[in-house]
Amino acid sequence: MRLRSLIPGALLVLLVVVAATVSIVWTPYDITRLVIADRLQPPSATHWLGTDQYGRDIVSMLMIGARTSLVVALVAVGIGAGLGVPLGLLAAARRGTLVDEAIMRMNDLVFAFPALVIAIMITAVYGAGAVNAIIAIGIFNVPVFARLVRGAALSLWTREFVLAARVAGKGTARISFEHVLPNLASLLVVQATIQFSLGILAEAGLAYVGLGASPPTPSWGRMLAESQTLVSIAPHVALFPGLAIVGAVLGLNLLGDALRDWLDPRLRHAR
Amino acid sequence: MIAYLARRALVLAATLVVASLVVFTTIEIVPGDPAAYMLGLNASPETVMALRRELGLERSGFARYLDWSTGMLRGDFGVSYTYRTPIAGMIADRVTVSLPLALFALTLAIAVALPAGLLAASRRGGALDTAVMGFTQIGIAVPNFWFAMLLVLLFAIELRWLPSGGFPGWQAGVGTALRALILPSIALALPQAAILARVLRSALLDTLGEDYIRTARAKGLSPRATLWRHALRNAMIPVLTIIGLQFSFLLAGAIIIENVFFLPGLGRLVFQSIASRDLVVVESVVMLLVFAVVMVTFLVDLAYAWVDPRLRR
Amino acid sequence: MTVTVKAAHAAASAALLTLMLSAGAHAARTDVTIGMVLEPPNLDPTGGAAAAIDEIVYANVFEGLTRFGPDGAVEPALAASWEVSEDGRRYVFTLQENVDFHDGSEFDAEDVKFSIERALAEDSTNAQKPLLENIADVEVIDTFTVALNLAEPSGDLPFNLAWGDAVMLDAASVDTLATAPVGTGPFRFDRWVQGDRVELVKFDGYWGEPAQLDKAVFKFISEPTAAFAAMMAGDLDAFPNFPAPENLVQFESDARFAVVVGSTEGETILAMNGREGPLADVRVRRAIARAIDRQEIIDGAMYGYGTPIGTHFAPHNPAYVDLVEQSATDRDAAKALLKEAGHADGLVLSLKLPPPAYARRGGEIIAAQLREVGIDTDIENLEWAQWLEQVFKGHDFDLTIVSHTEPMDINIYARPDYYFGYDDADFQALMADFAVETDDATRTELLGEAQRRIADEQVNAYLFQLAKTGVAAAALKGLWENSPTQANDLTRVHWED
Repeated sequence: MRLRSLIPGALLVLLVVVAATVSIVWTPYDITRLVIADRLQPPSATHWLGTDQYGRDIVSMLMIGARTSLVVALVAVGIGAGLGVPLGLLAAARRGTLVDEAIMRMNDLVFAFPALVIAIMITAVYGAGAVNAIIAIGIFNVPVFARLVRGAALSLWTREFVLAARVAGKGTARISFEHVLPNLASLLVVQATIQFSLGILAEAGLAYVGLGASPPTPSWGRMLAESQTLVSIAPHVALFPGLAIVGAVLGLNLLGDALRDWLDPRLRHAR
Repeated sequence: MIAYLARRALVLAATLVVASLVVFTTIEIVPGDPAAYMLGLNASPETVMALRRELGLERSGFARYLDWSTGMLRGDFGVSYTYRTPIAGMIADRVTVSLPLALFALTLAIAVALPAGLLAASRRGGALDTAVMGFTQIGIAVPNFWFAMLLVLLFAIELRWLPSGGFPGWQAGVGTALRALILPSIALALPQAAILARVLRSALLDTLGEDYIRTARAKGLSPRATLWRHALRNAMIPVLTIIGLQFSFLLAGAIIIENVFFLPGLGRLVFQSIASRDLVVVESVVMLLVFAVVMVTFLVDLAYAWVDPRLRR
Repeated sequence: MTVTVKAAHAAASAALLTLMLSAGAHAARTDVTIGMVLEPPNLDPTGGAAAAIDEIVYANVFEGLTRFGPDGAVEPALAASWEVSEDGRRYVFTLQENVDFHDGSEFDAEDVKFSIERALAEDSTNAQKPLLENIADVEVIDTFTVALNLAEPSGDLPFNLAWGDAVMLDAASVDTLATAPVGTGPFRFDRWVQGDRVELVKFDGYWGEPAQLDKAVFKFISEPTAAFAAMMAGDLDAFPNFPAPENLVQFESDARFAVVVGSTEGETILAMNGREGPLADVRVRRAIARAIDRQEIIDGAMYGYGTPIGTHFAPHNPAYVDLVEQSATDRDAAKALLKEAGHADGLVLSLKLPPPAYARRGGEIIAAQLREVGIDTDIENLEWAQWLEQVFKGHDFDLTIVSHTEPMDINIYARPDYYFGYDDADFQALMADFAVETDDATRTELLGEAQRRIADEQVNAYLFQLAKTGVAAAALKGLWENSPTQANDLTRVHWED
């Protein structure tokens, strides 16, 4: 297993998760109190990462923002994979039939819709907020998993061990879950980590255009949006939320890589 | 192959019809009155009603859907509520910005990702592999709008090498116009290149572990030829999927980047139209984007079938 | 030998450079690029309410019988002079002669009749039709004299005619106004690259004092960061309504730019839906007004730019009554009032915010301030279309923050069905009296009384007057300092050497 990826990855992810969890009960400062007089202070002993444009402590803001990002991304990817993987397996198993066509057309339809535009429209109809962000991101994760799984599974269905299983009398569902799925595991893990980190990025992007969690709930994306005009006066306000996003996403990807190496049966046998 | 093509084409047409229905109904349910938006806080209800009648908003949904969908077949996308000009013209103007931007960004991304992915896969485990993977890791993790902010800060404000945004139009000269697209394209391309490189590497490694590769090597084929002739071709399947996805994303997903660089593209048009409830524009642009994506998917599927003959039926 | 040649080269280059520079310095620039946040939906000021339309065409492309000057005073424009009858019901305007429209046709009394009747027509989509509804008919007396007969006597007519919605149009060009505006102003429309910019060029046949610029380009930049980048990079010459007050200090310290801070007609208020619920109780409204800290909002949201107001009236207006102290910050008094009204355990109110920074930022600050007295707010960020639908039309809100930018708009408090639901017969009578009053002293007195009433009743919490924060290249002169109406009057703008 690649320790090089595992250790930094695990550390970063741990940092983010711990920060998010701890923030439920404690943050260095209370961010519901705005102290305009203390605003835009650079990092110091009292405020480790400085204060934002309302005088709020940035460390505290980042901690609670971590909560928002993690929850939104996790649930969204959960929706995507939970619905998309079975659909993809089904489509590959029933390849060429009406079921396959229907699934792939539905896929194409959702795929075809410009994600951000639809997300903006969802919020125009139902209002901004974390829940709607989750739904918007989740919807667009489904076809990603479905299409990927189907594409990879199709190749697997022509492989000898699958043919052998069919000859042995196993049903398509069993074959899908016992033989096809495990061989897709590494691809899925890589994709899921990509999607999870994309989910964090998507949440940041939506929050950036004003569609994420509503104020006063902190969100990394909104912190970035609000800090843009201040970047030449107080760069730390724009820097730290950006680094937080990079850190979280990077950590998840590194962790995913390490996991991928661990799950890949070929590598295992090679050792 | 012909039968496959014909079948796919039929499905394409059906998809588009269903898509148009979905587009129309989902967008029509968005609440908000474009006439009220246009006339502002002090207008009287009679004035708003007069404008609604003028815009044709008082007709039934079905009548409007028919007008719109049949019009599109003729290339007539209707008339914008707010601008009162034909939408087809507006879209054509915006496409001359969004399409080149998407292609530019995609080209940059592929140009960087292909060699990077190949190198990393062929030198797996080595220093080069680690370096490439390190860079791609960071590339994926960086939000492209934050990256854009930093690019503008450095190249436009500090160094003044490139414009801070805006699009002078193609009449101002191809070079000048492309200059305006450089920073936005880089901002868009960075994460895409990183993803592409990683997917390519991963797909290549998977393929390289396959039996037929070992057979080829056992038969005496050099590592290089193996890579090119066998592995790459099979690895292209997931890669093509991703490229197709990325193109459609770039067309419409560049909204944020178009905003940051105030480019008059399709993304910004949709964004503004949603804000002003100019639903006719939103419907037409979304339909166009859907069309573009469905076409790209169609082409990618054809490419699949060409690359992997086992997929043809 | 080489050294001498080099020196000679250097001297020659220096001389050439100086020559070029001095030659350049004599020819002052005659073009200007102005930045704007919002792009107008079209260029017809009489067909819609978007301020962005007037920001491009008012005084530049179109002119009315009267116009607003830089300080808000009503000045003659296409009407050289006018006379009012004794009973205030008949205005006779003497028009300017030898005025041409951009398409060559001549301006005369028939055009006045056409323009006003078009605005008042049944199917007119003119957003300010109510302003002109008092005009019963338009009488053409001769080619350059026209009389307006009013249904009710009014002192407001010249003021109302100065609005962008009442500009003079030519019947021949009216159908294509939205995309090819034709007026009588010193600039004519050249082209509109939608999504990017509008270009105007100098009109050589202008009847009055010609403009000092040959070309004016209005660029649309909605992102505050992009606006900042464009100004700093020199892509723009001016941004008369710069959207990010936090960056002004950087412009101020840069010798290339001049920052001009003036006033606008924008009363920024925390509107309270007084129809029903806790906010129908004046004690609750007074509590809220005393819980907030105006200066903190001005500092936090607008970085210090803005003037506190105690009522719905512009402080720069001579008729203004300073009532700020009446609702000065007093959190203890606020808590006491809430307790008295039966809300000792606290309140939860919805706070719906439209897009502008004063609303979004101000909203977060007010939410924190209200929390100090036990009022929790549910913040919902809306875009304008949603705000218009839910708040303005549907009255589905408790609190909202908005800036009313029309001049002299205290009469919105006389509309019983306006979004905040203030329905007071005495106030309505007061405003009715004001509308027909022509004597200046009495008008000022009536205005004072109106201001006191809405402050005492604490219909809304009055926050601050929006400042006009404009940035421009230091050498560009003649731009308006204040914004009595939303316009970018370029008639006196020029480059100084």
